[in-house]
Amino acid sequence: MPAITKASLGRFIARQGILIAFVLFMVGFTLANERFLAPENIMGVVRSSAILGVMALGVTFVVISGNLDLSVGSMMSFSTIVVLDLHDKLGPGLAIPAMFAMTLCLGALIGFLVGYLKLNSLIVTLGMLSAIHGLTLTYSGGKNMDIADKEGTWFSIFGQGEALGIPVPILIFLGLAAFLGIVLAKTPFGRKIYAVGGNGVAATFSGIRRARVVFSCYLVSSFCVATAGLLQASRSLGSQNTVGQGLELEVLAAVILGGASLLGGSGTVFKTVIGVLILGFIQNGLLLVGLQFYAQYVVTWVIIILAVWLDIAAKRGKLLSPIA
Amino acid sequence: MASGMLSTFLKRGAIWGFILVELIFFSVAGEKLSLSDKAFMDLDNMLLLFKQSAPIGIIAIGMTIIMINGNIDLSVGAIFALSAIVLLDTMTWPIFAGLGDWVIPVAWLMALLTGVVLGALNGFIVWKTGIDAFIVTLGSMLGYRGLVFVYNGENPTSHLNWTLVDFAEAQWLGLHTATLFLLGATAVIWFIMNRTVHGRNAYAIGNNREAAVNAGIRVGPHMMINFMIIGFLAALSAVVFYSESGSVNPNDGELYELWAITAVVLGGTKLTGGSGSIISTFGGVLAIQLLRKGLGHIGADTETVNLVIGLILIAVLFLDRQLNIKGKEELRV
Repeated sequence: MPAITKASLGRFIARQGILIAFVLFMVGFTLANERFLAPENIMGVVRSSAILGVMALGVTFVVISGNLDLSVGSMMSFSTIVVLDLHDKLGPGLAIPAMFAMTLCLGALIGFLVGYLKLNSLIVTLGMLSAIHGLTLTYSGGKNMDIADKEGTWFSIFGQGEALGIPVPILIFLGLAAFLGIVLAKTPFGRKIYAVGGNGVAATFSGIRRARVVFSCYLVSSFCVATAGLLQASRSLGSQNTVGQGLELEVLAAVILGGASLLGGSGTVFKTVIGVLILGFIQNGLLLVGLQFYAQYVVTWVIIILAVWLDIAAKRGKLLSPIA
Repeated sequence: MASGMLSTFLKRGAIWGFILVELIFFSVAGEKLSLSDKAFMDLDNMLLLFKQSAPIGIIAIGMTIIMINGNIDLSVGAIFALSAIVLLDTMTWPIFAGLGDWVIPVAWLMALLTGVVLGALNGFIVWKTGIDAFIVTLGSMLGYRGLVFVYNGENPTSHLNWTLVDFAEAQWLGLHTATLFLLGATAVIWFIMNRTVHGRNAYAIGNNREAAVNAGIRVGPHMMINFMIIGFLAALSAVVFYSESGSVNPNDGELYELWAITAVVLGGTKLTGGSGSIISTFGGVLAIQLLRKGLGHIGADTETVNLVIGLILIAVLFLDRQLNIKGKEELRV
């Protein structure tokens, strides 16, 4: 058994820092307000984090493969608007697969540009953020979308229903997380994603088709976005064109908080789920303590910086950056 | 050698060629499609174009230095909003009530100082912790926006000072105040980047950070100064814009970072750092604003602007890569 030294303790704290911080937060908030740990409250937090969480799952794949996806927010607006519009035109049974197909096409386009044409993912997805936003506005004519008959449709089950006493959005979020977690950790495809993100050149030389892996990651991401759009549409049964605006950066914040490196090659689905939950519980906890809603942004900022700092400080073995 | 110069010329001139194409296209298309009988190339229209470019333009000029450095700043939109609130709020503070119109320079100073301090904070974190600027400014984008909301909730902050409005609406040789600030900022930053040691170091650091460290350049403080410059420019942009409008919503400035980056990339600056030109960014800013105005002029929905700009951005990236691959092949031969 290795002796517990100061260095190994520091490494442990750095490696598990995000979990430790999570536990500390939970304890702190519980001491401040005992309602925090009540089952209804926990259920409420997970439920309201589900949409952000589902998107973060897909972005985790993209980030591990060494790329970025800034288009998920406007793509989510697109899916929401499309499925609401088609709901009244085709009926929910056809609208949902049609929306998934259209969103996957967008994902395939990004995957083609980044994977096969090897364009910089930051700029491509920045361009797609703008382009998809324009597409959504053109599609809807700038108007809000609403379902005509809100009472008589089974469409609301995804966002508002319950099964076995658990809200459906939570089941979808956790189910998708479990499935994608297994794909990432236990399948050859998952290992290829880590290889491509860790060292793209080495991966190529060992016979992995980088372009195809990157392409698939964007498909996974757009599938998750479509699912998030479905949850959003089903929850509110009506939507503005800008429902997902700004979500891309919050999603990225959750993924980074989970410890995925933007350079690629590291991160797990489980840690991303923790990152999403931390964001959700901080928001909830600060509200229960009596702070303003917007104070959570300031706290999130501090936490992101500290989490990433701890992570890289552990890797280089020094707290401060060596650059003069 | 000659082909190398040609390719450089093509890259430098590309944005101006694009602007020319836009001008011709919208003038010709406007004859057939426009609802107004005014020509697109009308002088007043063009002067207005400069004025409307100013808010994003001033920020984009600062973003160019940051990107030449190999960094990125996502928090400019939030700095813009916070400086605007400080500007308008300061003018209503009781301690300055006795100053009369002399409150204006005080308010300006406070707003600009806000920008510099927020930028310095970004730069300091990048310097001391060694975290990638993308993550640092992503975080502070959330944090600074949070401060904006904490300051005044979801209410707009409003204060109209007529002396200030007169100043902001003034024209000099037909140029609006905002235009003059845009041109001034462009000129000053151009001078810094092309005629001073600081500018030369900026390119060196972006090109090869290791080498720059070994050459004795103090990379950390240098980057911090650049973040202070972009903070200052984001605040300047807010100061110019809100002197005229007099009311700021807490959501103002959202997505400005993305518009600014789009303008910089259109101008040919590399994300990887080490190359880029202030004048080309200026061209990129004009090109975007021209596109917005032009599409409106020919009666296209304003929504299509987003679509077109997004696609152009990707096309530019693709063309740029093709040009670069060509350059590398020539080098190998």
